[in-house]
Amino acid sequence: MKKFLAVLLALAMVFALAACGSGQQTPESTAAASDNGASNIKVGFIFLHDENSTYDLNFMNGAKEAAAALGLSDDQVMMKTNIPEGQECYEAAADLADAGCNIIFADSFGHEDYMIQAAKEYPDVQFCHSTGTKAHTEGLANYHNAFASIYEGRYLAGIAAGMKLNEMIENGEFTADEAKMGYVGAFTYAEVISGYTSFFLGARSVCPTVTMDVTFTGSWYDETAEKEAANTLIAGGCKLISQHADSMGAPTACESAGVPDVSYNGSTVDSCPNTFIVSSRIDWAPYYEYAITCVLNGEAIDTDWTGSLETGSVLLTEVNTKAAAAGTEEALQAAEEKLKSGELHVFDTSTFTVNGKPLTTFMADVDTDAAYTPDTEAISDGYFHESEYRSAPYFTVPIDGINLLDTKS
Amino acid sequence: MQGKENHVPLFHITKRTDVPWYKVWIIRGIAILLALLACALVCGTATGINPLEVYASIFQGAFGSVRKTWVTLQNTAILLCIALALTPAFKMHFWNIGGEGQVLIGALASAACMIYFGAGLPNWLLILVTALCAIAAGAFWGFIPALFKARFNTNETLFTLMMNYVATQLVAYFVIVWEVPKGSGKVGIINQATEAGWLPQIAGQKYLLNILVVAALTIFIFIYLKYSKHGYEIAVVGESERTAEYIGISVRRVIVRTMLLSGALCGITGFLLVSGTDHTITTTLAAGRGFTGVMVSWLSKFNPLWMILTSLFLVFFDRGASEISTQFALNQSFSDIITGIILFFIIGSEFFVSYRIQFRHKEPAAAEAKGKEDEHV
Repeated sequence: MKKFLAVLLALAMVFALAACGSGQQTPESTAAASDNGASNIKVGFIFLHDENSTYDLNFMNGAKEAAAALGLSDDQVMMKTNIPEGQECYEAAADLADAGCNIIFADSFGHEDYMIQAAKEYPDVQFCHSTGTKAHTEGLANYHNAFASIYEGRYLAGIAAGMKLNEMIENGEFTADEAKMGYVGAFTYAEVISGYTSFFLGARSVCPTVTMDVTFTGSWYDETAEKEAANTLIAGGCKLISQHADSMGAPTACESAGVPDVSYNGSTVDSCPNTFIVSSRIDWAPYYEYAITCVLNGEAIDTDWTGSLETGSVLLTEVNTKAAAAGTEEALQAAEEKLKSGELHVFDTSTFTVNGKPLTTFMADVDTDAAYTPDTEAISDGYFHESEYRSAPYFTVPIDGINLLDTKS
Repeated sequence: MQGKENHVPLFHITKRTDVPWYKVWIIRGIAILLALLACALVCGTATGINPLEVYASIFQGAFGSVRKTWVTLQNTAILLCIALALTPAFKMHFWNIGGEGQVLIGALASAACMIYFGAGLPNWLLILVTALCAIAAGAFWGFIPALFKARFNTNETLFTLMMNYVATQLVAYFVIVWEVPKGSGKVGIINQATEAGWLPQIAGQKYLLNILVVAALTIFIFIYLKYSKHGYEIAVVGESERTAEYIGISVRRVIVRTMLLSGALCGITGFLLVSGTDHTITTTLAAGRGFTGVMVSWLSKFNPLWMILTSLFLVFFDRGASEISTQFALNQSFSDIITGIILFFIIGSEFFVSYRIQFRHKEPAAAEAKGKEDEHV
C-alpha cells in the first residue's frame, strides 16, 4: 500500500511539474500574437468531423484556400478535427486561444453555445461561428455568426431541376400532372425548410405543374436512412430527387434507380455520372478571408455576415450536360444575373400561396429563444426577406405544392 | 524422427500463482515499451514523421498546458467513475455492460431537472434535486436487468446491452422536445444565462469539484469492496452462488442491491457530465465510455486504486492522439491506430501476467531450432 502511494505521489509530482513547465509558455505566445501583421497572426479552426465528411471537407477546403490567399504559413493555422458539440468544443476553443490564436472559427451549429462561452472568457480573441443564430442577440463584441444566401443557390439548382422535368415531359416519359420531385431533408429545421422551398420555387418557375414530396431522416449524416428515403420517394412516383443531408446515400440511390438528382455540398458526378445534374454549395473561403483580414487591419468583424452570389460564397458546380436538359447553363446564368441585380427575389410572395391564399405577413423566429417566439416581420416590398435580419435562415413558411410525408406541422 | 518417444510438448502453459506485484508491472512495462516500438515502426514507415516527435506531441496533448492537464484529469475522473460503477457488478460476475445507458439516463434526468426546475428553485436545492434524480434514474436503469436476473435468470449481458439502446432513444426523443431553435435537433447549453443547476466552481477551477467527487467515490468503493460486509457478500456470490446460498446469503438480494449501486454510480457520472461540465444533453454524451469503463475495470483487476492509473493511461493516449492530428495534420484514424496498437499490447500482456510459458528442455541443437519457432509464439 505504502509503495503504491509513493508511486502515485511521484506521478502526481511529475504531472504537476509538467503542467507548470508548459504553463509558462502561454503568456509569452499570446503576447507575441497581439502584434498585428500577417506574419504574427494565428488562426484556429474547429471542425465537427474530419475530411471524410463532405460537410466538414467543404469548410476545410475553404480554410486552406483562405490561408493560402492571405499567405499564412502552416504553423499560423491550427486545425482541430472531430470536435463534438459539447464541452469539448469549449475546451478546443480555449486551447486554441491559449496557443495564441487571434481568431477562431467553428463549423457546426451545435458548437455555438460553447463558442459563446469561450468568447466571454477571451475578450481579445475573435470567435466566428458558421451557421449559428445567436450573435445578434448576445451583445458580445468578439462573437460573430456567418452564413450564406444558399437559398439563392438552391433556387438556381431548382431551375435546372424544372428544366429536366420539362425535358422528360416533352419526351413523353410522364405527363405534366405527374411531375413530382422528392426531397430528402435532415431535420425540420429552418435551414432545411428554406432550402427545399427555394429549390421547389426554382423548379416551379420553369415547370408550373410540379409538386414535391419531402421526407426527413432526423440526422445530418445517415447514409442508410438517406438511401432508404430516396428509394421510398422514387417508389412513391418522384421523377427527380434532391437532398439536404451530408452523405452519398441519396445520390447513389438515384444513380442505381436511374433517376436524375440535384445534389448538395459539391459535385457527385464521379459516383453518379448518369444522374447528377448540378449541385449548389457554400464556399466559406470568402468569409474566412474577410474575417481574418478584419483582424489583420484591426477592424470590427460583422456580427452577422451573409455571403451571397456576389461575394462568391454561393456557388453552383459545373452542370453535367450528360444528365441536364439542353440550355440549362444559359438559363442558370440568366437567372443568376436577375438575382444579383435584385430584379428577381426567391421568396417573391406572388409566386406562392399558403392554404390557397397569398401571404402578406409572416412573423419569423429570428431571435432564438426556448419558446420559439415569432418576433420579426419578414415580409415587406412583396417578398420574404431571408437572411437579412440575421445570417442563418429563418424561412419556415409551409407553402402549397410541397407535401411533407412525415410531419404534421 | 525423434517424435515417437518424445511426448513432451514444445512448450506448455502453466497458470502463475502468486506473482509479486512488481513483476506484474515489469511485464506491463515491457509490453508498453514494445507497443511504443511497434508504433514507432508504423509511424516511421507510414508517415515518415519522427516517432519521438509524435510521442512528445502525445505528452503535450495531455499535459502541455495547465488547461490540458485539467481536461485530462477531468476525463480521467469521468472514465474512472464509470469503471468504479461497473466494478461491484463485475466482482459479482454480473456482466453489466449497460454503463453507457445508465450514464445517459442519469444525464437525461439531470437535464430534465435543470430545464423544468431551473427557474423555480434556489440553486443549492436545484443541484440537490438534480443529483438525487440522476442517482435514482441510474439506479432504476440498473435495477431492471437485476430484477429480471434475480427473478427469471435472464441473460444480464444482453439485457444491459439492450437497455443502452432504450436509453439512447429516450435521449434522442427528449432532445427533440427540448431543441432550441425549433427543428435544429440540438438542446444547446442549458441555462447559459442564469447558470441554474450548474455545479459551482471551486477555487475558480471548472473541473475540480468533479475530480474531488470521483476521488471520494474511489475511496468509498475501495473500502466498500474490501472491508464491508456487502463487499464480502459480493465476492462470495461472484465466486460461487451455491456457496453463498449455503452460508445464508440471499443471492437475489445481493444481485439487486449491487446493481442498484452500480446504476446509481453511473447516474452520478451522468449528473457530473450534465451539471458539472457539458451543461447539455446529447445521445453521444457518454461517448462510448460506458464500454471503455469495462476495460478499465478488468485491466485493474477490479482494484479501484489501480483504476486511477489505468483510466489516466487511457485518457492520456486519447488526449494525445487528438493532439497528433492537430500537430501533424494526420487523420484521427492514425491516432486510433496508435491507441489500438498500445491497447493490443497491454491486453496481450495480461496473458503473460496470468500464465507462464515453459519450454521443453532438450539437447542444445534441438533447443536452438525450437527456440526459433518459439519466437513466433
